Amino acid sequence: MSVRRWARPKALKAGLFATLLCAALIILPGSKAWAEYGDVLINNYSDDADMRPVVFPHWFHRVRFRCKVCHGDLGFEFKAGGNEINMLKIIDGEYCGACHNGNIAWGVENCELCHSGKPGTETQVHGSTLKSLVTPGNQGQ
Amino acid sequence: MFRFASVTLAAVMLVMPMTASAQGKDPLSFNRLLPDRATRNAPPTNDGIHDPTNSGTEVLQSPREAFAPLPDSNGGNFVDWVKALQDGLINPRYDLEDPDMSPTVMDLNIVREVKGSMPDVVFPHKEHTQWLDCANCHPAIFIPQRGANQLSMAAILMGEQCGACHGRVAFPVTECRTCHSRPKNTANEDAQ
Repeated sequence: MSVRRWARPKALKAGLFATLLCAALIILPGSKAWAEYGDVLINNYSDDADMRPVVFPHWFHRVRFRCKVCHGDLGFEFKAGGNEINMLKIIDGEYCGACHNGNIAWGVENCELCHSGKPGTETQVHGSTLKSLVTPGNQGQ
Repeated sequence: MFRFASVTLAAVMLVMPMTASAQGKDPLSFNRLLPDRATRNAPPTNDGIHDPTNSGTEVLQSPREAFAPLPDSNGGNFVDWVKALQDGLINPRYDLEDPDMSPTVMDLNIVREVKGSMPDVVFPHKEHTQWLDCANCHPAIFIPQRGANQLSMAAILMGEQCGACHGRVAFPVTECRTCHSRPKNTANEDAQ
């Protein structure tokens, strides 16, 4: 009886450990990116600055603003990473800073809401036609 | 008994996500290279490009939750954005500050006869000007003159011309019939 009482938590512990190990084995190498279609990943300067790259959720913004507001009035080019946005421009009210100023949308002090991508991810429009080709290589933006 | 139960649990936990993930699919499954439907519109903590260890990631809205009231489509975000806008389910601002400013909509269809066997393309200015300003496309992407633009699917697939948006953020080019929508007048051609 005493042996059994001792064995139970050990077996459970082993099972839990095995489960966690299995979960880690599945999640870590199997990280195929399924982020939302149109999300823009911007990593012009982030990696070098030891910040996570920026994930811009296109869908979230198009629910609230029409394309014209950012791509016309604010001057965003239709190219991932093509705007050379940096924090100085943002705090001066350019690009993202036109809204993310604590007035129209939350301000620049919320670093981790934009700088939320996996480190080392390249600049891209996520889920774009070229990015979602089944064959690897030659996948442009 | 308990050890058996624990090992079984671990085995089940191992097998379940494996069957769901693209890499561990059953080799005889249908469409083994196609992303699983369950991965569509995944929440940021589980979408593969957001860092789940970042404290801000879990604050971000899940597209699946946001898209629930919106009409479906077959590709891209799997949302019919044009219908969502026209039905008033979303009302995105046309101006940064002024919520009441409305776009200048131009209702003009441009029919482009295509060389191949596909139906002709009808380009509706209406749906585009509801979202965009003339200057977004003209003159840099499309010269605003009849017959001045040579379009090709190859260029579009590479992200040029219509591909500046379609295949990146607007519905992807796999939705052929949305653009190639006007049947050719084949009876006329046969008579000639």
